[in-house]
Amino acid sequence: MSLLHVDGLGINFGGISAVDDLTFAVPQGRIYSIIGPNGAGKTTLFNMISGIYRPGRGRIRFDGQDVTNHDPHQLARAGLSRTFQNLQVFFRLTVLENVMVGRHLHEPKAILAHALRLPSVRRANRECAEKAREFIEFVGLGSHIERTAGGLPYGALKRLEIARALASEPKLLLLDEPAAGCNSVETEEIDGLIQQIARKGTTVALVEHDMKLVMKISDRVLVLDRGRKLAEGSAAEVRSNPDVIRAYLGSQGQEAARAQG
Amino acid sequence: MPELMQFLFSGLTVGAIYALVALGFTIIYNASDVVNFAQGEFVMIGGMATFFLYAAGVPLWAAAPLAIVAAVVVGIALHKLAIEPARGASVVALIIITIGASIFLRGVAQIAFDKQYHRFPAFTGETPFHVLGATLLPQSVWVMAGAALAFVLLWQFFERTLAGKAIAATAGNRMAAKLVGINTDRMIALSFALSAALGAVAGVLITPITLTSYDVGTLLALKGFAAAMLGGMGNPLGAVVGGLVVGVIEQFSAGLISSKYKDAVAFIVILLTLFALPHGLFGRGRVERV
Amino acid sequence: MVHLLLNSRLGSLVSLAVFIAVAPVAFPSVFYYEIGASIFIAALAVVGLNLLMGFAGQVSLGHAGFWGLGAYAVATGPTHLGIPPLVSLLAGLLLTMLIAWLVGRPILKLRGHYLAVATLGFGFLVTMVLTNEVRWTGGPDGMGVPRLELLGFIIRGSRMWYWTSAVVLLAGVWLALNLVDSPTGRALRALHDSQVAAAVNGVDVARYKLTAFTISAGYASLAGSMAAFSDGHITPTSAGFLHSIELVTMSVLGGMGSIIGAVVGAGLLRALPQILTSLHDYEQVVLGLTMMLIMIFLPQGILPSIAGRFGWRST
Repeated sequence: MSLLHVDGLGINFGGISAVDDLTFAVPQGRIYSIIGPNGAGKTTLFNMISGIYRPGRGRIRFDGQDVTNHDPHQLARAGLSRTFQNLQVFFRLTVLENVMVGRHLHEPKAILAHALRLPSVRRANRECAEKAREFIEFVGLGSHIERTAGGLPYGALKRLEIARALASEPKLLLLDEPAAGCNSVETEEIDGLIQQIARKGTTVALVEHDMKLVMKISDRVLVLDRGRKLAEGSAAEVRSNPDVIRAYLGSQGQEAARAQG
Repeated sequence: MPELMQFLFSGLTVGAIYALVALGFTIIYNASDVVNFAQGEFVMIGGMATFFLYAAGVPLWAAAPLAIVAAVVVGIALHKLAIEPARGASVVALIIITIGASIFLRGVAQIAFDKQYHRFPAFTGETPFHVLGATLLPQSVWVMAGAALAFVLLWQFFERTLAGKAIAATAGNRMAAKLVGINTDRMIALSFALSAALGAVAGVLITPITLTSYDVGTLLALKGFAAAMLGGMGNPLGAVVGGLVVGVIEQFSAGLISSKYKDAVAFIVILLTLFALPHGLFGRGRVERV
Repeated sequence: MVHLLLNSRLGSLVSLAVFIAVAPVAFPSVFYYEIGASIFIAALAVVGLNLLMGFAGQVSLGHAGFWGLGAYAVATGPTHLGIPPLVSLLAGLLLTMLIAWLVGRPILKLRGHYLAVATLGFGFLVTMVLTNEVRWTGGPDGMGVPRLELLGFIIRGSRMWYWTSAVVLLAGVWLALNLVDSPTGRALRALHDSQVAAAVNGVDVARYKLTAFTISAGYASLAGSMAAFSDGHITPTSAGFLHSIELVTMSVLGGMGSIIGAVVGAGLLRALPQILTSLHDYEQVVLGLTMMLIMIFLPQGILPSIAGRFGWRST
């Protein structure tokens, strides 16, 4: 059962095809990784799936619905959530407030009630904060909960984005280079987090450069090259695919082989 | 028909001024990504300073260049004292700073000069020509010719001189320009100086026709901005075309529809541009990268 | 103790209320009631403006247009349409918010300079209409405004307006403080920091920007109506560019991201000309200088900067 189905997807920027004729499916409850060199179109793909870019061609189906031209907030409502490669943290809000925004869809919307601070709103504020705390503890940021996000170190911000994305309780979580710029210890922690998230039932789609991480935790891997699909399969299949090895893995392929034992 | 010719002439005349203001916007915007809301004040300084020097006995042919120099000094001061210290500020902050500068300059002009409307004599007399059934003031010819000359000189400056190319480089890619040894701060200051000169020239040219006062800058800046947007923010040719188009539409609307809402034309142009032609006539889009 | 007061919503509100209630004790003359009322009315508009500029991060350079609409509503309603003053105020409020909603839908799609210029244009358009449609508005000379009648009392004189505007301001501040600490407030602050991240987390960015815009227009309209009633006379300059700039300066001065800061900013800017009476000619110089200096050296505004010095967070 695939949660996300991408069919013939394509987009052009100024005459150059960033993504072209891309078809794949993300099975439910699995960790699905997308790899490829810089410029292969991975983030562009994520941006199309999460509604930030409008695809030029093709269709996207999410949870049975055609969501090709949906806006990001509509996709969030459908159960899609994501993190960003270049952190889009709410720097002037606290850690707690950042994650509470992640729960926006679960909060009451009536503005008049907000302005009058009705008891229902006060209760909702409290419940939202409690739920947010759970996610903050889950990613290990409990000690920073009241700190302004802008003052946090890089690794913590990466985890904050994950907490915020989880707070909406999505069906599908898109992680755009969650371990980018992290050292090996931080990467291990994030790898552990991702596996826990998948174990709890959330489907995860992951863009990453760290081959060790990818090969270790992925159920399925998609390889992109210049916006097109180069290969798709299990981690083992992709690792031993001659096209993939020739094009990308190179020395990293040996590294990945060593990682696998 | 002669009526329409009249609108066309006056439209091209004010349009030439809007074009010069729009060019000023464009040069600064290209070099530094700042939209200088104080651009209109340079026009005001050109006109007012010339008048007050002339009234004090300085002949027109000396007063005008002095006024232009004054505007250039103000432009450089604006950059050094208000824009540079705020480097890295948010867009909202920069908007408020340049608006603040505009108000400040208006206030200073109000005190240093006065609150009256002023003019000085046209360069070659006031007797209008008769062309195609419409009247054309000699000063209008000066305005259009002056603007055209300014555009050509500017074009040559950017194409042929080292300084011009350095500014263009700064506009294209500031980091790269720095890396090849261009003093980008000086180039940006130079762009402010150029824009101020353009504005002041516009002020000198148009005052015999439309008069000047301490507060003409605001509306002019808005119309110049409308023109720059219509032409495509950042495109010099677009700025000129945009200016002429806005001027002509304005005069035609004033003549054919209502002169009370003449000034509204520029805003309507802005709004239409923003929604129908977001990149203007000649502009290119920018993609936000996430 | 002070930090506790500033830090909590209720604390700020109570402090403000106490200050307003006690201040008249120090007034040397009745004239100060008038200044006070003028400050509270301006502050009301700036509270709304802060919600828009400071929290939602959308710049508005034509906000006095909404003030003008509110002012002229309570002038034309009774004079030309025979509608009682209070009803005119409410009708004006709703109408202004409707206009804000209609105008905001397209222009809030714009960002940065384009939005700024569009709002500037809006302000100019309102001024133009108010100046040109002489039959309705009395043209550049303006028109008279009847007295406001509330619950059988005619509100007249500096003292009554001091207390009336104070009550309205406190109510407005209370509502704003509540909004800030609610899902709506978090959504606005989020979209200010990162529109794309807010959208991806389910925030309907366009709708929230429009909400902030409409609410802030409502605050401005109410302020304009009260100013019209208390002055007894209005002119198109109340909707003009300079007034819009004055409101922005007050917002910036007190701190765009601070509700109480709005009151501080309004107070400072209104008090200044009174202290330096020869300052009238220098009004624009001072405004312009203030805007530049604050934005360069104290971009957070006075209140948050002072609070920051002491390690507090200000509401």
